[in-house]
Amino acid sequence: MSAGINATASAVFIVLFGAVTILGFFAARWRRGDLSQLNEWGLGGRRFGTIVTWFLLGGDLYTAYTFVAVPALMFGAGAIGFFAVPYTIFVYPVLFAVFPRLWSVARRHGYVTAADFVRGRFGNHTLALAIAVTGIVATMPYIALQLVGIEVVIAGLGIHGELPLVIAFVILAAYTYTSGLRAPAMIAVIKDLLIYITIIAAVIFIPAELGGFAKIFAAVDPAKLTIAAGNAANWGGESAYVTLALGSALALFLYPHAVTGVLSSSSRHVIRRNAVVLPAYSLALGLIALLGYMALASGVKDMPAYADGFARFGANYAVPALFLQMFPGWFVGVAFAAIAIGALVPAAIMSIACANLFTRNIYKEYINPSVSGAGESQVAKIASLVVKVGALFFILALPQSYAIQLQLLGGIWIIQTLPSVLIGLYTRWLNPWALLAGWASGIGAGTAMAASLNFKGSIFALHILGVTIPCYAALSALILNVTVSAVLSFVFNLATRGARVDATGSADYI
Amino acid sequence: MAANGRRRGSVRLVHLLLAVPFAAMIAIGFYNRTEPAFAGIPFFYWYQLLWIPLGALLLLPVYLAEERARNNGADVGKGDRA
Repeated sequence: MSAGINATASAVFIVLFGAVTILGFFAARWRRGDLSQLNEWGLGGRRFGTIVTWFLLGGDLYTAYTFVAVPALMFGAGAIGFFAVPYTIFVYPVLFAVFPRLWSVARRHGYVTAADFVRGRFGNHTLALAIAVTGIVATMPYIALQLVGIEVVIAGLGIHGELPLVIAFVILAAYTYTSGLRAPAMIAVIKDLLIYITIIAAVIFIPAELGGFAKIFAAVDPAKLTIAAGNAANWGGESAYVTLALGSALALFLYPHAVTGVLSSSSRHVIRRNAVVLPAYSLALGLIALLGYMALASGVKDMPAYADGFARFGANYAVPALFLQMFPGWFVGVAFAAIAIGALVPAAIMSIACANLFTRNIYKEYINPSVSGAGESQVAKIASLVVKVGALFFILALPQSYAIQLQLLGGIWIIQTLPSVLIGLYTRWLNPWALLAGWASGIGAGTAMAASLNFKGSIFALHILGVTIPCYAALSALILNVTVSAVLSFVFNLATRGARVDATGSADYI
Repeated sequence: MAANGRRRGSVRLVHLLLAVPFAAMIAIGFYNRTEPAFAGIPFFYWYQLLWIPLGALLLLPVYLAEERARNNGADVGKGDRA
């Protein structure tokens, strides 16, 4: 199988990919708006209802990289990879309680990005710039990693060379440019159908074939089947597991692409309703995670047919190898198309979100303040192209491990915007310069912790009063950030007598 | 805010439900074990998978309470309608 091209699978894959491409260009006509306005191009006119938002946020948050990397982590490291499940359980109460406030204030004041909000709330453009730059820098490697998802399945089809990846990305860039956020919103519907078909088939067919779930779990090293238990002196893997889930959940909706998904919905009720129905995806994600164990039980790791793939992609090849081993050729095409299209949707939304940030919070703020609405939209379209070319360059020119390490750092960095954005939604008490100092200390400490682990991991052991607490570096850095922000706010507020420039009023948030 | 304090109060109480899934997931000492298994799936896995639908179900009463509060008038006309 590794020698030749898998013809049936490739044909199905190409047909599905082609259909999605046509849909992407057609999306410009859907719910037609004036695409020369940033609000229309970059937020779909803020008109997406419950169902479209469900597909869009689902396509946005459950990315191809998730589908490849989470089972890969289970395949390689065991139970710790299952943190993706508590992570998604933490996410939705936060989405439900907090983000309708951001939607309301953004609607009232025409904010397109989180940095727009921070600029209005705290009247400090340096802080807003820090938020915008953090968002862009944290998202770029994330886009690059979506490419890894496409790369893995193209290799799985037996197609060699980098040309197919380049073609896929040029197509993506072209329809994002013409259709804006409408393209990924429409494609997300197809992506989800394919993902659900694949998952349902996988969890019914594969366990039956492998002799049931008991056999699958028996194939896992018993030491990896649960988390290393802690004790009073060392909390062990348990604190790592919970902080990883909690920190990832808090970071998720601070990512620009998630903010874009939230702000494009037509009302705060759409957001609340989605917080109730989006967990359907989490269930799919939980089952996808278990594919890692199914790959272990299927024994693909030791089969010569997949040796090349594992040598090139490591554990990330586990799911493609499992599908190739268990499914007929045509269904491999469907499953691989689901993963590849699953990469296109978030990559498009992420590049749009980065483009919105650049246009609003860097170009308009610092380069051309008098830019027209149409000018804004044009700058954003070009920025989205630049972002994608950058991501492509990243994957083709640098070792893949750089993208993975930067994505890991991105999570640590993006969570440092939490005090300004999330706490900012509730109170204006925090001083913008204090927030900036907190942000800097969080980024510094988080990066230092990751550096001390040689950027190979993000679980840093804290030693507090003789107790060793392994903790997700993003979360411990955030605690430092919040502490610095609060203490300095107290001092600065005394010095300035609490004087504030706040463009928003408390009624704007309801 | 003060004008509709009573409505807000009742809505807030329901909000405590949002904390329940957090508690269930933070209590890792409780679910970090393999027994009892269900249909061959160790406890660690099915417990967490089970909390996905439970978490969604707990959001439902909060959502309904907020809808009721809205229909009672407070938020209408503030860009709150679908």
